[in-house]
Amino acid sequence: MNPAFSVIFFTTASGAGYGMLFWLGLMAAIGAVPASGWFGVPALAVALGLSTAGLLSSTFHLGHPERAWRALSQWRSSWLSREGVAAIVTFIPALVLAVAWMAGAVPGRAGTVTGLIAALLAMLTVVCTAMIYASLRTIRQWHQPLVLPVYLLCAAFSGAVCAAAFLSCYPAGDPRLPALLAVAFGFAVLAAKLAYWRRIDRPVVAPDATGLGRFGTVRPLDPPHTEENYLLKEMGFRVARRHAARLRRIALMVGCVLPILLMVLALAGLGAPALLAAVPCMLIGLFVERWLFFAEATHVVRLYYGR
Amino acid sequence: MTSLPVASPGQKKLGLVIDLDTCVGCHACAVNCKEWNAGGVSAPLTDRNPYQDAPDGVWFNRIHSYEAGTGTASRTVHFPRSCLHCETPACVTVCPTGASYKRAEDGIVLVDPDRCIGCKLCSWACPYGAREYDVQEGVMKKCTLCVDRIYNEALPEADRVPACVSTCPAHARHFGDLGDPDSDVSKLVAEREGYALMPELGYAPVNRYLPPRPRAEPPAPPAPSGPPDIAGALLRWVDRVLSR
Repeated sequence: MNPAFSVIFFTTASGAGYGMLFWLGLMAAIGAVPASGWFGVPALAVALGLSTAGLLSSTFHLGHPERAWRALSQWRSSWLSREGVAAIVTFIPALVLAVAWMAGAVPGRAGTVTGLIAALLAMLTVVCTAMIYASLRTIRQWHQPLVLPVYLLCAAFSGAVCAAAFLSCYPAGDPRLPALLAVAFGFAVLAAKLAYWRRIDRPVVAPDATGLGRFGTVRPLDPPHTEENYLLKEMGFRVARRHAARLRRIALMVGCVLPILLMVLALAGLGAPALLAAVPCMLIGLFVERWLFFAEATHVVRLYYGR
Repeated sequence: MTSLPVASPGQKKLGLVIDLDTCVGCHACAVNCKEWNAGGVSAPLTDRNPYQDAPDGVWFNRIHSYEAGTGTASRTVHFPRSCLHCETPACVTVCPTGASYKRAEDGIVLVDPDRCIGCKLCSWACPYGAREYDVQEGVMKKCTLCVDRIYNEALPEADRVPACVSTCPAHARHFGDLGDPDSDVSKLVAEREGYALMPELGYAPVNRYLPPRPRAEPPAPPAPSGPPDIAGALLRWVDRVLSR
């Protein structure tokens, strides 16, 4: 699949944003965050800002961005529509939580309730994002049971890294909890991605797309067109195996291992600089991971072209 | 609505039956489809750089040619590929806007260009490559089964078939109701053991492909003769020269 920048940025940024909102909501619910609204509101603004940037980016690849609102209508059947609805509905408890924080209700019952609702909706939004891809039976590397856990774990990990970095900037903030969570979820992402790659690397028997397999090997003789068409530009993207292997290592080293080490250093006393340095590492690594998620995905239509 | 209509018993299922035995790979179906639909409900079917390097355009039919089998047992099969108007099309259910829909009355899968936001997800969901994005218009386009021909009372009745069917010089394309077991197309499918493409994916395509017929036994190689017949060969040569 063609790794379009706008969609990769969308899933990475909005994953981090909703992941950060998830942890902020949970920590607000258990009172593990500074009570001041001067912490809560900017923290929520960063989380929602990341999500909004991702959502806006996703509209850039639309042919008619001005009609994007129509995408909210078909939530009964479409995961993309559900994702749009969930993404927007999540803003409601997040904004209520911001108001509650300003009003001094965090920690408190109001903060607990809205925090939990915001966390739940943020998680559901990431579930919807993952299901857009995981529900497509046409793309073997996406129609995998591990795709949904990988999306959730990536969001939880990147959200925890962002939350830890933000807390460390605040004098009364204690980033130890999100830093610990980031370490735990960093390892989880590492394990899930390795398992996912091992799974998609398994040799598979390609389906008999033409139904001509009954005669023996089917070999393309004359292509239907001599130039690349929409199908080949969108679905015919090929990444060299050697490059993919290298990029996988980069994704895990820069995206997971390095941030985990920085978290450990921060917990050992290095503090804010290590936590802040972990953010760009995590974003670059996850961006590469998401690029590979697209680039390594092979669409079944390619079989008609013998690719 | 992108939810699928509930299929009633005896549901009308309009579709195509494509005969891979007689298709000669002339691309006339693709050309006539383009010609008709460039002025039909899906108009325009934009072409980019049509007279320059790397031309690219929206087409609803693509004709592949394959070699099936190896060695002397191999055969060339021309393979027209277009929308199969599936009974449970994922291209419809993934659509977030309701632009893609399946008609309850005849099963045709269509796109409403005024609602399409051009997110391209439907083309990802289709395993058959039936949907092509029109970059210039910013919307997805696909085969309409010539919905503006088959019900068009301004046309003579014989012409109320999809453009690809009407133009096929080899009569390799047939149009009809595959939901009716007594229709000509259904009988043809039954007789020739027509098959669906990749049914294992679960989208229940309506269109059927008729497999190439088994080949006649190849003629037996000439029996090895005895000593070379020089006089006969000379006479045959003389005969060939004189009859020029």
